Amino acid sequence: MTVFLQQIINGLSLGSIYALIALGYTMVYGIIKLINFAHGDIYMLGAYIGFIAVTSLGLGFFPALLAAMAGCALIGVIIERVAYKPLRHATRITALITAIGVSYFLQAGTQRVMGTGVKTFPNVLSNEVFMIGGVRITSQQIIIFITTIVLMLVLQFIVKKTKIGRAMRAVSVDADAAKLMGINVDATISYTFAIGSALAGAAGVLVGIYYNSINPLMGTLPGVKAFIAAVFGGIGIIPGAMFGGFFIGVCETLIAGYGGSLYKDAVVYIILIVILIIKPAGLLGKNVKEKV
Amino acid sequence: MKDRFKKTNLCWLAAIILSYVILTALMQAGIIDAVYETVLSTIMINIILAISLNLIIGITGQFSLGHAGFMCIGAYSAGVMMKQMPGMGGFLVGILIGFVISALVALIVSIPTLRLKGDYLAIATLGFGEIIRIIVLNMTITNGAAGLVLQKVVTFPFIFAAMVLSTIVIVNFGCSAPGRACISVREDEIASEAMGINTTKYKVMAFVIGAMIASLAGALYAGNFYVIRPDMFTFNRSIDILVIVVFGGMGSMTGSYIAAIVIGLLNNFLQSFAAVRMIIYGLALVLIMIFRPSGLLGTKEFTFTSLFNRFSKRKGEAQ
Repeated sequence: MTVFLQQIINGLSLGSIYALIALGYTMVYGIIKLINFAHGDIYMLGAYIGFIAVTSLGLGFFPALLAAMAGCALIGVIIERVAYKPLRHATRITALITAIGVSYFLQAGTQRVMGTGVKTFPNVLSNEVFMIGGVRITSQQIIIFITTIVLMLVLQFIVKKTKIGRAMRAVSVDADAAKLMGINVDATISYTFAIGSALAGAAGVLVGIYYNSINPLMGTLPGVKAFIAAVFGGIGIIPGAMFGGFFIGVCETLIAGYGGSLYKDAVVYIILIVILIIKPAGLLGKNVKEKV
Repeated sequence: MKDRFKKTNLCWLAAIILSYVILTALMQAGIIDAVYETVLSTIMINIILAISLNLIIGITGQFSLGHAGFMCIGAYSAGVMMKQMPGMGGFLVGILIGFVISALVALIVSIPTLRLKGDYLAIATLGFGEIIRIIVLNMTITNGAAGLVLQKVVTFPFIFAAMVLSTIVIVNFGCSAPGRACISVREDEIASEAMGINTTKYKVMAFVIGAMIASLAGALYAGNFYVIRPDMFTFNRSIDILVIVVFGGMGSMTGSYIAAIVIGLLNNFLQSFAAVRMIIYGLALVLIMIFRPSGLLGTKEFTFTSLFNRFSKRKGEAQ
């Protein structure tokens, strides 16, 4: 039982990171129906911006987190403007290949600038260990969890209560109709990329603190897993991405905790395929009939 | 019978023999040295991979990101068999076993996943490709992450013959009735279904043929480079193949040939700048998609028929 609870705690920390990345996937997919393959690499860039902010500028945890979020938001918007905007009306496969190209570019560019090796992320948070009934909880895990929850609440507030959020929801339902209602569709899409990328940037800093090491290829696997989390919860649905992220994180640590660490990635893919076959719209999604 | 000896077919035969003779002569004369011989075999294996992926993506319009998984099956079938039966015999048996396994796996993978569309299909196939790799990584017979070290059994004529054969199979499939059905699925799935085409059947058919040919390429890779490790068949390998297909033009086998040759030579020149190479890859993918989404050739093919037509037209204009 202790092992189980311990893995749930670890899984919630890992799951918060997946959930933050998955939110960006889901928002972008919801609004322009694009699987932003480069999203995992934006998360990687977030980790590097945080790393630079801490090591070169000597900032603390929260300033570094904000710097990474701001930096990633800017990068996300630039990528959207340069690479995706010309393809707004292209086929989805074309857009997907472009996203793969952007992802390659970001990875290789980071390797070129920052070196291919692993960097050690400095310890900016004290790491106290609390033992509660035999379960080990670190203060880092608590901070990661709280940061994630706060960011999610802020996101919910933006999406539900603000004007930008309403515009985002309108564009995701029907971009043409939204345009007729006087919504600036391009600006709304840029805001979506900015918010999604900022969340990924935050996830990058959190993962740097949690695992202490970052490298230019660290974004690929969490990127794919976060995408799976988004699909699991129903892509385009924000609560679905949160739920999916936590679910995938907990699943993965549970499998690893019970001796299947070699197969933990395979199990995540199997979950994806099972979900796609049984309920392609995801757990919280609704099936939409295709009209001719 | 008469049809088989049409002028165009004879021309193709002549072109195949001519390119074989030229390449062998260049190798004998030492103009293509050992380094370029490796480049040449890489290019030929990439051509096989690219045309087999082109059958799935370009002709049938199903976006698959798991091609490296099938290559992995072929490489490991050949590798494991060669460990049991050293030499050419083991290799050939390995190729056959690779065919069987990859066809079975492709069948199991495709029947549920090909019901998905577009990006979902891409992610599902990506998942399957990775599952294959993870299984290979954790088996004892495949020697886990350390991989297998084999002997080099494959020579230039063998790869050349395999390349020509796979091209003939795929091009003829594209021109056959099932191939036409596949093209109609690519153009409009709902419309072709309304015309009475069993879309799932043709998608599965193309997927299985593509997977089998990819496994052949994997076996050739194992026999030619004699070291195989699971980390050679990651998602990045699938992307490498995809780049060739996209660059050449989805649906054009001629395009895949040209793109594989160009990219193969470029890779050789940029070898000492590995990081720059990936940056260029990334940029090239984005730029091609923005400015020329149909690739170099689009769906155009080089055929002798069109060449003859052009000649006779010119003659007509001159007279």
